[in-house]
Amino acid sequence: MISCTEAVARLWAYLDRNLGRLEEQELEGHLGLCRHCCGELEFARHLRALLRRSGAAVALPGETRARLEALIRELGGQR
Amino acid sequence: MAEAAGPALGYEECVQPHLDYLYGVAIRLCGNRTAAEDLLQDALLRAFRAFGSLRDREHPRRWLTRVLTSAFYDRIRIEMGDALYRAVDEEFDLFDKIAEEDPFPYSDRLHLDFLDLFDDTRILEVLGRLLPQQRLAVILAYVYGFTAKEIGEISGRPVGTVLSWLHRGRKQLERELWEYAVDHHLIAEGRVRS
Repeated sequence: MISCTEAVARLWAYLDRNLGRLEEQELEGHLGLCRHCCGELEFARHLRALLRRSGAAVALPGETRARLEALIRELGGQR
Repeated sequence: MAEAAGPALGYEECVQPHLDYLYGVAIRLCGNRTAAEDLLQDALLRAFRAFGSLRDREHPRRWLTRVLTSAFYDRIRIEMGDALYRAVDEEFDLFDKIAEEDPFPYSDRLHLDFLDLFDDTRILEVLGRLLPQQRLAVILAYVYGFTAKEIGEISGRPVGTVLSWLHRGRKQLERELWEYAVDHHLIAEGRVRS
């Protein structure tokens, strides 16, 4: 069985579905027996969800949008 | 004979629909509104100058991301110099650290309580503490869902380099989340040990 260190190192790639078949089977075998690494996996899932949400509330300010849209129009008009 | 096709999209049609997306990437990379707006303006000008090199005008998002991140990297390289390459502690494990320090002694969801400390503003500040190349990789991969291969194409680096950035970026993120929480007195480090 792979070690906890090796299992933890593979968790994010596992969530990305980036592991090869053998690596994935080894990890899943480990997770089936290791409560600690299952906790690490759940934590990684929540941390990734936190990252996905980050900045979602930070919208382009209206004044800046108007300025940048005017710039895009001006540049587009030069072509 | 030329293929039958509609007129190629112009600069404005290509760029305008992606303005919000580009700002989203910029604010996450820069961590504050002023720098993000400045970066975005720079990127729009660069995109205009390089527009002739855009082949797939129906799907310009990846190309625009490359222009924006290239502008970001050029800035940061000047600002940071050799600090850009400082070492990262790859041994730190946030999950274990939280369990060891037990900052919420009466909680039965200790790790989630820790993550709940981080609202949008705080997570942007933490991302801002990551080394720029790792920040870039983490943001593109875990916020926007780009694959390592796509990030390699965007950044002009081999996939192996991107995977290394992602690994180090994750480890640095874990450490910075902890240190941010301590620095801002969101938790009391050493509560259990003292």
